[in-house]
Order: sequence, then C-alpha cells, then structure tokens
Amino acid sequence: MNVQLLDLACGALLLTAVLILWRRELAVIIRVFALQGVALAALVAVLAAGEGAPELWGVAAGILVLRAGVLPWLLRRALARGGAAARETRPLVNVAASLLTAAVLTLLAYAVSPPLVALAPSPATQAIPVGMTVVLIGFFVLVTRRRALSQLVGFLLLDNGITAVGFLTTTSVGLLVEAGISLDVLLAVLVLQILTTRIRETFGDTDLDELRELHD
Amino acid sequence: MSALGVVGGVVQPLLVVAGSPLLIGVLRQVRAKLEGRAGPGVLQPWRDLRKLLLHKESVTPRGTSEVFRYAPLVLMATTLVVAVVVPFVTTASAVDPVADLFAVVALLALGAVALALAGLDTGTAFGGMGASRETTILALVEPTLLVAIFALSVRVGSTNLAAIISSTLDDPARVISPVSLLAAVALIVVIIAETGRLPVDNPATHLELTMVHEAMVLEYAGPDLALVELASAMRLSVFLGLLANLFLPWGIATTATPLALLIGVAALVVKVGLLGAALAAGEVFLAKMRLFRVPELLAGSFLLALLAVAASFFLA
Repeated sequence: MNVQLLDLACGALLLTAVLILWRRELAVIIRVFALQGVALAALVAVLAAGEGAPELWGVAAGILVLRAGVLPWLLRRALARGGAAARETRPLVNVAASLLTAAVLTLLAYAVSPPLVALAPSPATQAIPVGMTVVLIGFFVLVTRRRALSQLVGFLLLDNGITAVGFLTTTSVGLLVEAGISLDVLLAVLVLQILTTRIRETFGDTDLDELRELHD
Repeated sequence: MSALGVVGGVVQPLLVVAGSPLLIGVLRQVRAKLEGRAGPGVLQPWRDLRKLLLHKESVTPRGTSEVFRYAPLVLMATTLVVAVVVPFVTTASAVDPVADLFAVVALLALGAVALALAGLDTGTAFGGMGASRETTILALVEPTLLVAIFALSVRVGSTNLAAIISSTLDDPARVISPVSLLAAVALIVVIIAETGRLPVDNPATHLELTMVHEAMVLEYAGPDLALVELASAMRLSVFLGLLANLFLPWGIATTATPLALLIGVAALVVKVGLLGAALAAGEVFLAKMRLFRVPELLAGSFLLALLAVAASFFLA
C-alpha cells in the first residue's frame, strides 16, 4: 500500500509539472504549482510513514506550509500587482512543441537515472526518474518563458524536482539542511518578486526579452 | 475459438449496430434537456437513417472515382470487425489474434483514412479542407491511442486486449495506479478528438469553416450517407466501450451462461450510456477550440500517454 501511495504521489508530481508547461494563464499555473507542493509534501509524508521518523513528519509539514501555502501566496500577490499581463502569450517555444520536448526530456531522465537507481534499489529510488523529469521540465520552463513570473515558477519547479530527488535518494536529508534550502528558496522568491516589481515600474512590462538592448 | 468467444462475436456487432444510433440519440437528448430544449427524442437518429436508406437515392458526384464509392463500405467494414473482435460483452474474443492492440488501432485508422481519401476524391474545396484537418488530427491521435493502451499492456506482458481486460478483472487495485490514471486521461482526450466531439469538432455544426467530419461527408447522399453516419456512430460507441472496458471491466461475461451474457450486455449498455451522457453534459460547458490549438491538446495527451508508459516500466 505504501509503494502504491508513493507511486501515486510521484504521478501527481509529474502531472502537475506537465500542466504547468501546458497552461498559459498565470493564475492557473500558480494554482497547479500549489497542488504540486501538496504532492511533494505527500511524497515526504509517505516516506516518513515508511521510516517512522518524527523528524521527517516535521519536514513534510514544513514543505506543505512553504510550497503549498507561502510561495503560491507570494506569487499570487506579485500577479495581482501586475494587472494586465495575466497570460504567457508568446513563449519562445510554442506549447505543442514544448509538450513534445517534455516527452523527450522524460525519456532523457529515464535514460540517465539507472546508475542512480542501481546504487540502492528500492521503491523510493525507482521513482528518481520522476524527480529528474520535474527538474528538467522546470529548467525548460525557466529558459523558454518570457514573463518574469512564469520564469520564477520554472525556478521553483526546478527546486521542487531537486527536493524530490533528494528525498527519494536518501530519505532523510536532515532537518537542518532542508530548513536551510527552504529558507534560501523563500529568500530567492522574495528578491525576485521585488525585482519583478521594479522591472515593471521601470519598463511597464515584465517581458524579459525586451530587456536585451541597452538604454540610457 | 471458444464458445464464449463465438457468442460474443455474434452478440457484440448486433448490439453495437442497434445501439449506436440510440447512443447518439441519448447524447443529443441529454444536451437538449440541459440547454432547455425539448429535443427530438432518443429514436431520431434511427428515423434519420430509415429516411436515408428507404426514401432517398444514392447520388455520386460527377468525376469521382471508386475511392468515393468504396469509402463508406471500408469504414463500415473496419468498424464492424472491431465490434466483433474487441472484448466488449465477453472476455473471450471471437478471433483472438485480431483482438490485438495494434490490429484494432490499425483497423480504426484504416476507416478514418478511407473517409479522408473520399473527401479528397470529391475535389471540392470543403472535402479537401475536411480531409486535411482530419489527417492533421489523425496523425496525432493514432500514436497517442497506441501508446496509451500500450501502457496498460506493459504489466500484462501481452498486447492482446482480452488479456489486458482479464488481468484488470483479476487485480482491481491496478485501476487507481498512476499508470492507469495518466493513460485514462490521454485516452479520453484522443477519443474526443477522434470521434469529432467538442472541443475538437462540433458534431452539430454545418458551418463550413469550422467543420471537420461534416466537411468530408458533404457529398454523400442517401444510403451511402446512412452508412457513413451509422459507421461514425458505431465508432463512437466502440471507442467508449473500449475506454469503459479497459479501465472499468466489471460486469463483463467470463462464462457462456445466459445470465452472465445478459449481465455483460447490461453492464456494457450502462457503462457506455453513462460515459456518453457525461460526454454530452461536458459538451454543454465547452466551446469549440481554435483548430490551431488542437495539436496542442493532442500533444499534451500524447505526453501523458508517454508518461504512463514510462511510469509502467519504471515505477512498478
């Protein structure tokens, strides 16, 4: 039953990553991102139930609060201030092509993971490719989107993937390390949010491709 | 060839031929009720077919070749073969080697290709436009269909549909695994696209610029049109039956006793009827999607199907 729940959580992680790539409305993307935070917390909770470690339960609760609560709230606030630009209108790679690219990235993740899985075969490590896929999709979102906010979501997707891989490989990263990483992410989001606001105040838009040319 | 398979091979095509127009009728009736209209009644598609078969004559446009004349027959024949071999009512198949995933998808694709060729053969602007749109959709639908069902066949170790359905029947817990969920979503999307329902194609429209299926069959009249319409209705019920039995196979007959067969037939009718009603109810809330957005939807469903296959290889 535990293995099945783990698989289900991994499936949800994967599905939400794909949905973030698929949808254009930034509000929907943020909602899906919050769902992914729930899936990630569920993943850690399943691992905690398997290990019987109270420390890991604390980490799961922390992830739930941060990734399903605080970060989406910050993103929503940044979106509300943005006003008009609520959609990712012209990504560098169109959506159909980026979905097919995601398929290729999935195969890539599955192709490179076997050595990692072979180190300690268990149901948890077998799901490493899922985490790798989320990392790759996050990176792809980060490089192909134009809006500052969707690039930020890409960055957070990348981080979700890294966290998932971390927990799947070692089960317990350690409370202190995890807390440090989470604070880092929170800080990065806060800084980027302020940066986004500044960009908009100065240029009237957050399309980062417009920022290539130098101005006086 | 077992007795169960033979019984299934006789009952299934009869059920599909008789029931498909009724399914279309139910779909339209549900939609009409939800939109506050009275609706023409569940039997209307059969009345239309009777009118076309008995009171209209077949007209072939000048300049069309044999392709145009044979396309309805090919479409009907391939759909009938699928209705015979796929385990809908009984777990055994009449012609077991043909009840294979690849054979069934190829047969369904053959029918669609025949119709697209007929659309091209008329040489009219609308026929060509419909055929080109259908081919665009088909090129993305067929691989997704294959990959989505393939995801289910991986853990069975066989691409035989009867084997897949029996194994789900033996191990019901599989239905809630991520593999099944991803494959189910992918399959639902491609079935909607392939059978020309909203948001990919509007089955009720006769507006030239938006239609796909209607544009291809524009030149058909009389018994030929009846055949095309009946075969299209049968394709819808075949696809819905396949979806229902792959993911919720309960009720299907495993023995050749009359009671088991009766339950099998009733279960299929109820499952397909409910799926159809859900489809019609969903359509009320949807608008047709821009044609250029359709590849996006289908690419997404292909990705989900691929993820299902990847998950079935690596997770379990």
